[in-house]
Amino acid sequence: MIRIVLSTAICVTMLGASVAPLLAEIPPAVLKAEQERITAIEKAKAPSISVFAKGGRGGGSGVVISPDGYALTNFHVAKPAGDYMQCSMPDGELYDAVIVGIDPTGDVALIKLFGRDDFPTAEMANSNDVRAGDWCFAIGNPFLLATDFQPTVTWGIVSGVHRYQYPAGTLLEYADCIQTDASINPGNSGGPLFNAKGQLIGINGRGSFEKRGRVNVGVGYAISINQIKHFLGYLKSGRIVDHATMGATVSTDDVTGAVLVTNILDSSDAYRRGLRYNDEIVSFGNRPIATVNGFKNVLGIFPKGWRVPLTYRREGKRYDIMVRLTGVHSPEELLKKIQKAPTPPDPGKKPGDKPEDEEKKPKIPRIPLPMRGATPGAKPMPKHVAAMFEARSGYSNYHFNKMNRNRVWKAFLDASNAKDGFGKQTGPWTLEGEFTEGGTVAIRLEDESATATISGAQHVADLTQDLDNQLAPRGSGGLLTALALWRRMLTVGPEKFGEVYYLGKGPMLGREELVDVLIGTYDVVEVRFFFSPETGQLVGMEFWSETSDRDPCEIYFDQYKDVDGQNLPGRMKVFFGDDAYGVILLDKVAIGAKAGT
Amino acid sequence: MNIDLLTLKRFVIAITVALVICGPAESAFAGPPSLADVIDSVQPKIVKIYGAGGFRRLEAYQSGFLISSKGHVLTTWSYVLDTDYIVVVLNDGRKFQAELLGADPRLEIAVLKLDEADDTPFFDLAEAVPLRNGSRVLAFSNMYSVATGNEPASVVHGLVSAKTTLDARSGMFETPYRGPVYVLDAMTNNPGAGGGALTDHKGRLAGLLGKELKNGLNNTWLNFSIPISEIEQSVEDIRAGKFQSSTSDPDAEPVPDPLTLDALGLVMVPDVLSRTPPFVDRILPDTPAQRVGLRPDDLILFLDNRMIQSYKDLSQELSMIDRATPIRITVMRGRELKEVELTTTP
Repeated sequence: MIRIVLSTAICVTMLGASVAPLLAEIPPAVLKAEQERITAIEKAKAPSISVFAKGGRGGGSGVVISPDGYALTNFHVAKPAGDYMQCSMPDGELYDAVIVGIDPTGDVALIKLFGRDDFPTAEMANSNDVRAGDWCFAIGNPFLLATDFQPTVTWGIVSGVHRYQYPAGTLLEYADCIQTDASINPGNSGGPLFNAKGQLIGINGRGSFEKRGRVNVGVGYAISINQIKHFLGYLKSGRIVDHATMGATVSTDDVTGAVLVTNILDSSDAYRRGLRYNDEIVSFGNRPIATVNGFKNVLGIFPKGWRVPLTYRREGKRYDIMVRLTGVHSPEELLKKIQKAPTPPDPGKKPGDKPEDEEKKPKIPRIPLPMRGATPGAKPMPKHVAAMFEARSGYSNYHFNKMNRNRVWKAFLDASNAKDGFGKQTGPWTLEGEFTEGGTVAIRLEDESATATISGAQHVADLTQDLDNQLAPRGSGGLLTALALWRRMLTVGPEKFGEVYYLGKGPMLGREELVDVLIGTYDVVEVRFFFSPETGQLVGMEFWSETSDRDPCEIYFDQYKDVDGQNLPGRMKVFFGDDAYGVILLDKVAIGAKAGT
Repeated sequence: MNIDLLTLKRFVIAITVALVICGPAESAFAGPPSLADVIDSVQPKIVKIYGAGGFRRLEAYQSGFLISSKGHVLTTWSYVLDTDYIVVVLNDGRKFQAELLGADPRLEIAVLKLDEADDTPFFDLAEAVPLRNGSRVLAFSNMYSVATGNEPASVVHGLVSAKTTLDARSGMFETPYRGPVYVLDAMTNNPGAGGGALTDHKGRLAGLLGKELKNGLNNTWLNFSIPISEIEQSVEDIRAGKFQSSTSDPDAEPVPDPLTLDALGLVMVPDVLSRTPPFVDRILPDTPAQRVGLRPDDLILFLDNRMIQSYKDLSQELSMIDRATPIRITVMRGRELKEVELTTTP
């Protein structure tokens, strides 16, 4: 007995003697690295959320990206959860959340949390700076462990960047994604991947599981945050957002290894810009292209409708063009696909179970959702959530579309110094000025016709006819009809113009920052209006015939000036296809009130 | 007193560190290269290998790495190499036809030679480093065929969990290799990862990533790597032509009174393909083959030290051996290797 006590005492003494020098010998660099890791995790944990679907229908992870509660997760997490979910945060609070926008092809969903305007937010990094070998970590809700609201942190390295992972059909495509060996398990879906500084580099959503059942095999994939930055402005519109195609396919030449065009639709914008069969793709989206995957990676990070630079080579000569990307799906197709989107596998299966029958099932290349035993039963949406939700075909949440459309229009009217709109100015509008291509311009816009004298020549657009045939003057793509529709939009507003929706924030030629876009359909044509988010002012428009296999008439407005107390453009640059039609410098603008008022 | 000393010590360390950081020779103390830099330096030596497979959960790809400037590639020996059209893609995207120079089924390794490859970056096997328990490692492979063309292979990181001997036995770890392995805490035992490179955290070669290996008892996969020291000699032998197949040896000549399958008592699966695998179909009673216990379905891998890849190889090899010479045959039975001595003279 005494001996035991004695030896214990000796042990303690020895420990006491050895601990202090041991601590002192830890190199400061190690202590510093440890502290940096702790700081990064603390910083990254705060905005991370665990998503729990209503009625116990599974769940996943996510991350808050704005103080007013916008958060990112996966489409395949949000879809089974429905329009309303609950999200826990490490602060110990449970927040209600509503669906905002979805990108089913890219497997991204934007949701909005309620209850605060000071949510902690994740700092976004430039994911193009990420390299294989960089330390990174995932935060999330694997196996739905975060019932105590504390998420799980898994640390690893980046195993590869710019990875391409094939979609299931046309949905859930992981292009240009980040591969990591940090453990990604069922329930990590939708959760953030951070770099060593705790900055957001991607959204985890997929792993290579195939032969290994349902648990981590050291191969997880995250959607790059740079891709999501491109889509974010569209996701906020409450729409079902589509990915892009170029209307052309490419493959690698067996001998030279060059990436060549193997098929191209003559209705595509790329074809109209000059791209042909067998041309060599040199660069796309400002990236050199050496493989088919490299091409698909670029295609996968842009939303439908964006204009992207492309360089191709033919017979030794280089050509630089801007290509307008078209949608992967038609709107109806997309709706159908979403309804049929792959559903999670049998919830009764536990991780580690033999995947013996998985070969027979269609491959679902994403992280399966962990499920709880609770019976699926839709809890009614709480009132404050219901107030932020409106179902409508083609939208994930129409409420957000309407809200943004109204915001953009109000900002435009404010910028125009026309708080009550242009509703009283329904008489003829006349625009007079100089034309850079020579001579003068006089345009007269009325409800049923638009006429112009440009450099001495007469032009007429009859607005009572099908508008996609009213393309005067020749070579402008329909300048007169476009301006008539501009007048119509200003005088009747988006409520009465036709169907007008908010597309989101997208690019406009010649501007670095993204612009707010409203799309209006009227008769058989479509008009896109571009608004500066800074000033609210209308900075451009495009007039499309409905089929969109013809180039639009593009008008860019600037040099706004006061006309009878309201701000109207002083300059219009007009483009059609590859050509500039001309610039009109307006020196006399009159927007007439209706006769007799 | 104690505290004072400690404080003093810290102060000294702090000053030393400050001197190092602010000193004029700053670049000389720039610290170790980042993991990303290490990986960049290793990737040019890693290759993607494409061959037979592509059905029944048998992937038609695996990994490998360059071991000479002349385009020698070390990889794992598997069905993927069982074709005349082995394609190897380098890290820079260059694509080569490769020849199977030789294999050592006991170690499950193979050496390929790329056609007309010159000046390839490579690992020198002689400079491979031994690892200890707890050593930090990086594993490079094209698991799941994630990378194509000039895309770099996948990298995972981890530690050596144990340096041990592979306890292979029927029903558990079915592999002919019985020797030292590094067991890793990194996920390396993935489809297509076999043949990849294990390096230390400085990018120095340490091992060859093992093939897919499942524990039949508990359905788990063993993440392991074979130390280079275990395979270095065999690689040298293969490159020296010791395991060369008879068809590629220009000096070999038929003998007047050669061995025949009949004389040995072997009936092989009929030669119907361009490269029919040399499987035993039947064993004739009262023959040397029966006496040493060869069985139907045995796959002949080696005749003496000659690699046998097809029925044709086997016939040709026998035609060069005198009837009276005793021979050694190595066969694969299930996942096990058997070696037998045969002689037709009683």
